[in-house]
Amino acid sequence: MEKFTTLTGIAAPLPLVNIDTDMIIPKQFLKTIKRSGLGVNLFDEMRYERDGSEKPDFVLNQPAYRDAEVLVAGENFGCGSSREHAPWAIKDFGIRCVIAPSFADIFFNNCFKNGILPIALPQETVDILMKDAEKGANARMTVDLENQQITTSDGQIFAFDVDPFRKHCLMEGLDDIGLTMERAPDIDAYEKRLAAERPWA
Amino acid sequence: MTAPKTLYDKIWDAHVVHQADDGTCLLYIDRHLVHEVTSPQAFEGLRMTGRKVRAPEKTIAVPDHNVPTTLDRAEEIKDEQSRIQVEALRKNARDFGVEMYDVDDVRQGIVHIIGPEQGWTQPGMTIVCGDSHTATHGAFGALAHGIGTSEVEHVLATQTLIQKKSKNMLVKVEGELPPGVTAKDITLTVIGRTGTAGGNGHVIEYAGSAIRALSVEGRMTVCNMAIEGGARAGLIAPDEKTFAYVKGRPHAPKGDAWEDALAYWKTMTSDEGAHYDKIIEIDASEIVPVVTWGTSPEDVLPITGVVPSPSDFTGGKVEAAKRSLDYMGLTPGQKLSEIEIDTVFIGSCTNGRIEDLREVAKVMEGKKVKAGLRAMIVPGSGLVRAQAEEEGIAQKLQEAGFEWRMAGCSMCLGMNPDQLAEGERCASTSNRNFEGRQGYKGRTHLVSPGMAAAAAITGRLTDVRDLA
Ligand code: SF4
Repeated sequence: MEKFTTLTGIAAPLPLVNIDTDMIIPKQFLKTIKRSGLGVNLFDEMRYERDGSEKPDFVLNQPAYRDAEVLVAGENFGCGSSREHAPWAIKDFGIRCVIAPSFADIFFNNCFKNGILPIALPQETVDILMKDAEKGANARMTVDLENQQITTSDGQIFAFDVDPFRKHCLMEGLDDIGLTMERAPDIDAYEKRLAAERPWA
Repeated sequence: MTAPKTLYDKIWDAHVVHQADDGTCLLYIDRHLVHEVTSPQAFEGLRMTGRKVRAPEKTIAVPDHNVPTTLDRAEEIKDEQSRIQVEALRKNARDFGVEMYDVDDVRQGIVHIIGPEQGWTQPGMTIVCGDSHTATHGAFGALAHGIGTSEVEHVLATQTLIQKKSKNMLVKVEGELPPGVTAKDITLTVIGRTGTAGGNGHVIEYAGSAIRALSVEGRMTVCNMAIEGGARAGLIAPDEKTFAYVKGRPHAPKGDAWEDALAYWKTMTSDEGAHYDKIIEIDASEIVPVVTWGTSPEDVLPITGVVPSPSDFTGGKVEAAKRSLDYMGLTPGQKLSEIEIDTVFIGSCTNGRIEDLREVAKVMEGKKVKAGLRAMIVPGSGLVRAQAEEEGIAQKLQEAGFEWRMAGCSMCLGMNPDQLAEGERCASTSNRNFEGRQGYKGRTHLVSPGMAAAAAITGRLTDVRDLA
């Protein structure tokens, strides 16, 4: 997994609540058997007309935000299905950090498995960051995972929380499966116990 | 004496393989259900790293999300990408030794319907699937939740998941449901009350006399939509109804093992005085048949109500309501029961079981689908389909004007050709009314099976009680 340490980049504002995974990546793009190449279809129905032409109003189609690396959004971001295609599409587009007042659990979890940092902050803070993001391409935000700080384009600093284990994995780019494999003796022992206590399972 | 535990605590404690100092646990997974859309990249990951499936006997595979529901599908799936996904699942199941219910197998169906149907789903277990509606299996008192593809790979390789314990919320529904009100109305009403983010970070346990009174199938409908309330999992303590449902199914324990299992399952209830982080109480007698008007499952109102105005809301919900109304093509103040529909969809893992079809048949008794309306029934599994045919329901519903399809997810998410056309409006027994969910610019109103049947008869959203 790609490491995440510090990121300085353009933040795109998307001030909608309940942005669901069907909006992030509609189902017709779930038919792939690959993880890559989904970025062009990120927010597909909001981003393109039916004929494939771009909707100029949509934030990621505006010249200032085409290279956005941070997304600032409304509450309950990523609700809906468990499709990991959502974080894959976000990552493939080039966004490495999503900031919102709250996230749906599965999406939140899926982000960490893909080198994306989701940050939940109080609504008032997100409002300030949203304003900062609205300034366009010159307004670069810095997200520093090590120090758990976001710095706005005008130098305001906000602290954020992150689970220590997830932070460690993200900063080192660690693969969960490899870590768990090291616990194979524990799993073996558990399965032995299970076979004795609940053989039907 | 140990502190009283909730059902969630008990299942959790029984599955901890390892606990780190910060509380992160490695949790053992008893059952893993796999489908064609969220698994190819996971199996690919195993191949690339030379890993195996650790417990193929605890894993089952089924294609459901994008399979066509037409009779000719066993010969050929015409959509190339869908066909590739189904073929990939077939190859992965074969290469890794996982049992698969293929498209031509009568046991094929929606993953959350066939798990319980085959007896894979049992009380006290941990069950995962790369699908958010895995919450359904919680109706058996199993801790069941959706996972992403990276976690699918993790479970395939290690039969465990890295987890932190969630908070625990109790939703207590006491009293008797009025006539015409069903499990779907309970679950929608709860979401209407708590909001789609209300359960974030929680596991919900549903309890109370109204939940106990539900059949096991009704309980599945309730738990199915826990995810729409933001909770990863819903739970209902198992009881005699649960045990009777599981007994005799192909993968249920047999003989002495059955007795041992039963004794254990009976301990799977929350102890008196156990702690919950949040408690919500609902009076069952106040629940009425509901519909959704917007593009979020929390946009729930009694069918007797009117379309709301954005000014009825506060905060971010004002803009969201404007956007929803515009998308749904509705005007504030309009009566919900005057909204005309083009399509009725009956099916999905929320309401695609035999009791749901019986409920539809009951409302349709002696009535016909309104002329010009498209009305589709997609049984949740091949076995549900076969049973409905045996009971004569299938024939009656076809005579009444319904299309009778093969099992799958179908128009619940429109990944196969079963989709709404632009601007079409549907009364649907599924679980999500998101923008574009059932087809580009399609409009979805979530309802119970009985309400969907009522809408099929009149051609508009209709109070099922008015037809009784
Ligand atoms: S029926 Fe719908 S909600 Fe259920 S698994 Fe299929 S797509 Fe998901």
